[in-house]
Amino acid sequence: MTANARKKRNVAALKHAVRSYPGFLWWGLGQATNGGLGFYVWMIVLTAIALVGANAWAHQVARGMIVTNMTDHVSWGLYIANFTFGVGLAAGGVMMVIPAYLYDDEDMHKVVIIGEAVAIAAIVMCTLSVLVDLGRPDRFWHLMPVIGRVNWPVSMLTWDVIVLNGYLVINLHIVGYLLYMRYLGRKPNPKWYVPFVFLSIIWAISIHTVTAFLYCGLGGRPFWNTALLAPRFLASAFVSGPAFIILVMRILRITTGFAAPPKPARTLIQIIRVAMTINLVMLASELFTLFYTGGAHGESAKYLFFGSHGHYGLVPWIWTAIACNLIGTGLFFMPDALERSNTRIAACILCIVGIWIEKGMGLIIPGFIPSTLHEIVEYTPSLTEWKVTAGIWAFGFLLLTVLLKLITTVFAAEAHKTEIA
Amino acid sequence: MTTDNTSPQEPHDGEYLKPLLPILDQHSTRRTLLKTAGAALGLAAFGEALSPLMVIPENVSVDEFLQQHYKELTDEDKKKVFARLEAETKERFGADVTITDSKPIPGVRFAYAINVSKCNGNGKCMEACNKENNHHRGVDQSYIRVLEMTKGSMDMENGSTTYDHTVPQDDKFYLPVQCQQCDNPPCVSACPIEATWKEDDGIVVVDYNWCIGCRYCEAACPYHARRFNWELPEIPAEEVNPNQGYLSNRIRPQGAMEKCHFCLHRTREGRAPACQEACPTGARVFGDLNDPDSAINYVLKNKRVFVLKEELGTKPSFFYFFD
Ligand code: SF4
Ligand code: SF4
Repeated sequence: MTANARKKRNVAALKHAVRSYPGFLWWGLGQATNGGLGFYVWMIVLTAIALVGANAWAHQVARGMIVTNMTDHVSWGLYIANFTFGVGLAAGGVMMVIPAYLYDDEDMHKVVIIGEAVAIAAIVMCTLSVLVDLGRPDRFWHLMPVIGRVNWPVSMLTWDVIVLNGYLVINLHIVGYLLYMRYLGRKPNPKWYVPFVFLSIIWAISIHTVTAFLYCGLGGRPFWNTALLAPRFLASAFVSGPAFIILVMRILRITTGFAAPPKPARTLIQIIRVAMTINLVMLASELFTLFYTGGAHGESAKYLFFGSHGHYGLVPWIWTAIACNLIGTGLFFMPDALERSNTRIAACILCIVGIWIEKGMGLIIPGFIPSTLHEIVEYTPSLTEWKVTAGIWAFGFLLLTVLLKLITTVFAAEAHKTEIA
Repeated sequence: MTTDNTSPQEPHDGEYLKPLLPILDQHSTRRTLLKTAGAALGLAAFGEALSPLMVIPENVSVDEFLQQHYKELTDEDKKKVFARLEAETKERFGADVTITDSKPIPGVRFAYAINVSKCNGNGKCMEACNKENNHHRGVDQSYIRVLEMTKGSMDMENGSTTYDHTVPQDDKFYLPVQCQQCDNPPCVSACPIEATWKEDDGIVVVDYNWCIGCRYCEAACPYHARRFNWELPEIPAEEVNPNQGYLSNRIRPQGAMEKCHFCLHRTREGRAPACQEACPTGARVFGDLNDPDSAINYVLKNKRVFVLKEELGTKPSFFYFFD
């Protein structure tokens, strides 16, 4: 075949592939919404929660952010706390890609796509969390390059918007491409996805680093203004991401029989063991600096851990987080955690809850307490905030379920085919 | 897994270009019908849930939605925008107002100084700010916070803004804090969309119609100088100050950020800021840094002057001194 003819054939194939991509999406939607009774109950419950959240948000937009419990003193709350955790989850979802590609771990390749799916759902949740935090969502277009007016490269928030959207696009491409090729019955061409996988690894680190910079770049907030913040974000993402994926794989095994090989989970546990230890060491070193030196820098930490001037709002939260993290880490180090055991599941849940609090409420709220003029105004989320947050989580789970459904269907079809062959 | 009735058909060799199955060809049409009904129901429910959003098209006109950033508005645009805002103010607050656009005076650099020995914490500046700047009456909003500090300490931790007794107290001194109009303002760096910026005369302003209300600037400000409009301000028609500046004291929309603007609609026209005019103790000194004979320059040259949180490198244009 001449080079020209080959090129022509490739172009024809590509054209066809492009033309049938919508067909693939349509087919995928059909597949992803098929299931048994349990599946439909799950989807309907999630939809109902998402509806409650959407309604609460719509009221918030109409009446103003006054329906939240945020104030000029504590100007960010549950929404931004969730956003921060979500970024970690999204970054962590891709962390499992690293061993898969750097060490060419074959088994790992099979579960990488689950991590990518988690990343996509988490990023969508992050975007929604920021959207609901805006006082003027109708002006969102001001944030868009070209038609809006972005403060780049100075504003860390602009950076964050860019990297988060970029990350979403990269992961959509990887997942979409891999599934599409399988759907067409073709072998994915590494040229079309491996470079993007490497890009997404670097990008995963960048989204969490930039999100940390968002806080630690503020000189007026001593609690956030620490160089350890970004490394701590990364370490905790290496825990929450893999822990979440382990849970997802277990649920898939129970509900769909989608059996991942045992090795990837073990690799993930090893990652978690190391990352969680590093996280705890950094936490200890941070606490030492804060409390041993004392003074204004320690005020927020004092409020967080022990309460200050008769205000104790976050004390139960943070000790719950510490307990979860310590027990969870302990469980991860038990030999049982390497097997498909309940210990492993308990450890994952504990660490996820612990990090959700520590990276969420435990990080955002003390940044504002005491305020920059040293006033103490406490914050507990309002019912509206809880509803909206629950709605966002429900929507994230809806999206994740649909993605996983699609993935397991395509993979099952392929396994079936290999058997016949 | 429910692959029983849904697993994709095996593509035959060579036939790989054909997609597996469009959904409508699947044998279980009943399921498809149910799904379509479910999807329609779901969409309808979401439409219903989001229906309170309809206040947006009611309250936000197309012109407002499409309005460009202040710096991109031509004089012609501004005329239209101001007319629209005046009409809206009439409609919503029942007040006839005039919105103007005072420009920085070339060569002028504003600064403020407070004589801590004189300030007695009476709070008249806060009241004046509230009236002048059309603040939300419901929450007694003001751009100024007066800290009551314990003598013997400059630590704000020993201060209180919520004191409610006769002033001055013997063991206290008073420290009013408002936007320090930083020369290196962290709030401006923070804003993702340049909705807040520093003008040539040193005043940091907000375009209330461009701000998306992310509140990142509020987190970034080390002086608690920013205020967010958690709801639409309430002001009785007869209390509305009709002399309004687009970048200063016009009534702010819900969901946007605001802050002290050194009363630029007054000071750029040669008048004193409202808080200075209202202060009965003469503790407030305002003027042009570039004018060697100004009162503010006298203070800077002859008094022992300090700024708040100097270590943060924000370079305030707001000074404090003792007699
Ligand atoms: S005091 Fe706060 S709001 Fe004012 S310029 Fe400085 S950082 Fe910005
Ligand atoms: S609240 Fe408004 S002014 Fe402040 S950072 Fe956000 S968009 Fe900018």
